[in-house]
Amino acid sequence: MLSGIMLIGGILVITRKNPVHSALALITVLLAQAAIYLMLYAPFVAGVQIILYAGGIMVLFLFVIMLVNIDRAAKERTFNSQWLVGIVAATALGGLFVAVYTKGNNIFPEHALSMVENDNTQKVATMLYGQYMFAFEIASLLLLVAIIGAVVMAKKRI
Amino acid sequence: MGHDLMGQIVQYIQSYLSSDQTPGAAGNMFWVLVYILAVFVGLSIAVIAMNWLERKILAHMQVRLGPMRVGPHGLLQPIADAIKLLLKEDIIPAEADVAIFWMAPFMVVLAAFTVFIVVPFGPTHAVTDMNIGILFMLGVSSLSVLGIVMAGWASNSHYPLIGALRSSAQMVSYEVAMGLAVVSAIVMTSLNASGTGTLSMIGIVQAQQEQGVWFIFKFFPLGLIAFFIFAVAMVAETNRAPFDLAEAESELTAGFHTEYSGFRWSLFFLAEYSAMIAVSSIAVTLWLGGWLRPFPNLLSGSTWDLIFSLFPGVTFLFLAAMCFFNAVRMPKHPFFRIQTIGLAGFGVVLGLIGLVLLVPAVRIRVQDIFWFSAKVAAFMYLYIWYRGTFPRYRFDQLMQMGWKVLLPMGLGVLILTATAGLWPLIQQSIWHP
Amino acid sequence: MEPMLHITTLHYLVLGAALFLLGVIGVLTRRNVVIVLMSIELILNAVNLNLVAFSRLWGGVHGQIFAIFVITDAAAEAAVGLGILIAFFRNKETVNIDEVHLLKW
Repeated sequence: MLSGIMLIGGILVITRKNPVHSALALITVLLAQAAIYLMLYAPFVAGVQIILYAGGIMVLFLFVIMLVNIDRAAKERTFNSQWLVGIVAATALGGLFVAVYTKGNNIFPEHALSMVENDNTQKVATMLYGQYMFAFEIASLLLLVAIIGAVVMAKKRI
Repeated sequence: MGHDLMGQIVQYIQSYLSSDQTPGAAGNMFWVLVYILAVFVGLSIAVIAMNWLERKILAHMQVRLGPMRVGPHGLLQPIADAIKLLLKEDIIPAEADVAIFWMAPFMVVLAAFTVFIVVPFGPTHAVTDMNIGILFMLGVSSLSVLGIVMAGWASNSHYPLIGALRSSAQMVSYEVAMGLAVVSAIVMTSLNASGTGTLSMIGIVQAQQEQGVWFIFKFFPLGLIAFFIFAVAMVAETNRAPFDLAEAESELTAGFHTEYSGFRWSLFFLAEYSAMIAVSSIAVTLWLGGWLRPFPNLLSGSTWDLIFSLFPGVTFLFLAAMCFFNAVRMPKHPFFRIQTIGLAGFGVVLGLIGLVLLVPAVRIRVQDIFWFSAKVAAFMYLYIWYRGTFPRYRFDQLMQMGWKVLLPMGLGVLILTATAGLWPLIQQSIWHP
Repeated sequence: MEPMLHITTLHYLVLGAALFLLGVIGVLTRRNVVIVLMSIELILNAVNLNLVAFSRLWGGVHGQIFAIFVITDAAAEAAVGLGILIAFFRNKETVNIDEVHLLKW
């Protein structure tokens, strides 16, 4: 059922004319994804997804849509001038996926390992600050660069 | 046969009452539903009471009387307001986006009410105890920003749009400061004997119980500064005075909920007060020791336990006594007879509740809920006090304070808390390398 | 109650692939730049789903940590992308992707 919500939301994202509706569909996709993360015994990632993605990035998107959305955009056509090529390319990609998944169907073990989720946060924290410390620092540097970049790009006069 | 059924029901209730897990963790769906219903009803009553209390307390702070006509001392005023709002005409602006207009109050109410799944009223008195409890609460309360943005956009007029943008910018900015203050409290949970912290709300209060000190007083003054940062950020997060630029009537004609009338406006109002109670309960859980009674170590022992457990019943009896006192003081005009009888009846109900709460079996279970609710009620009083005392912040001052004052303070408190917590280890590694 | 279909890892992977496809279609066929950026977020989410599904399969948390990093990256890239969009909009007054052809001769 959750996957149905996600797929319908995804289709709505790419087909609605009004970008605000697309943003709302994306929010439903993100929330359904957080629920699927909970099913996959990853509560920390689910929480991070809700806070960052649904609560932060989508707010950013909605802000920009409001600043940028003018009435002229509503009267234009929805799909761009290369839509046929796009559909063909996507179909080719889909075919590739189907081939990969049907060929590789019996690589995975039948039943997944059972995990407890009581100390998932502690395990993530141990790994994040232990083994992946370097990536953590680089990610913070990346965020700093992104902040500076976004501020510079959106300023009125440099 | 009927006797057997009663016996079974009593046994079922007793088996629940003696469990040591929240209903969600025990997988007990019936009690989960009972708890959800209780939280829902309690929240609605709390919001109604907040409406009345806010008007009366603000009025008394401004040396006037507040609503006095509708019921005795205006006690039925919120009900009159609710009836008025339900009967008002439902106006939708002409060019508005109807789908989003419908969904916006729904989203805000959803975000405000879902938070209460993990709020711990006692060691087993939460709907469920997720082990990412605090993360869940922060995340879901950031979903209400989306609802506000949608509300401002769907109204298709300038004032709501500007109000919504300002309000959501303010909420997002103060979420960062809130997050840092919360993290510095979570760091303190990891300083217990087993060395691992926890994000679950019940675990946080149990960590305070183990370490024997409320986190507000730990590493003095770090806990206090973290609490202060969170207290300021939570007032800004819920768009309350003195940060209510986006919705105050003299500024932007009520901001993002200008175009909402009747029932939809009452949904926004409900969501705002529920959000206030939610962030207050975060503050109470993280810093003020949740459901723990005051002075667990200093005044310990069974007599002090007994005295403290009498507090719920005594509080209600005190309120009943105040009702009777005011009923006696009512003017002796026949016009006021109904009001006097009403007030006396209300006093009788409160007295009965107080007497029920003095029964020992009820006392033990209820005292956790009572202490939690009392602390949250103190926070509500603080909210009303702020509204009556502080002038409003201008928007740029607001944003400046959020980013330039609270964020560095939050970072400093976090670093200092972590250092203070690890001080024994640091000392050891410095002196014995 | 026997579940009709035992949900194996393959189902999550197929769901991820389907979302990825939807995102790719969105990127390649929509006219509005904001929706293209949202489709990119959809692609990143599909990748995250794959990562977490594999992390569940093999029992460690490495996949989840990488998923957290991907979420962080997505936030950074959305911010910069929207900044570029605003700068572009200020110059050209349109969010039509067909009009982004300053390099066309």
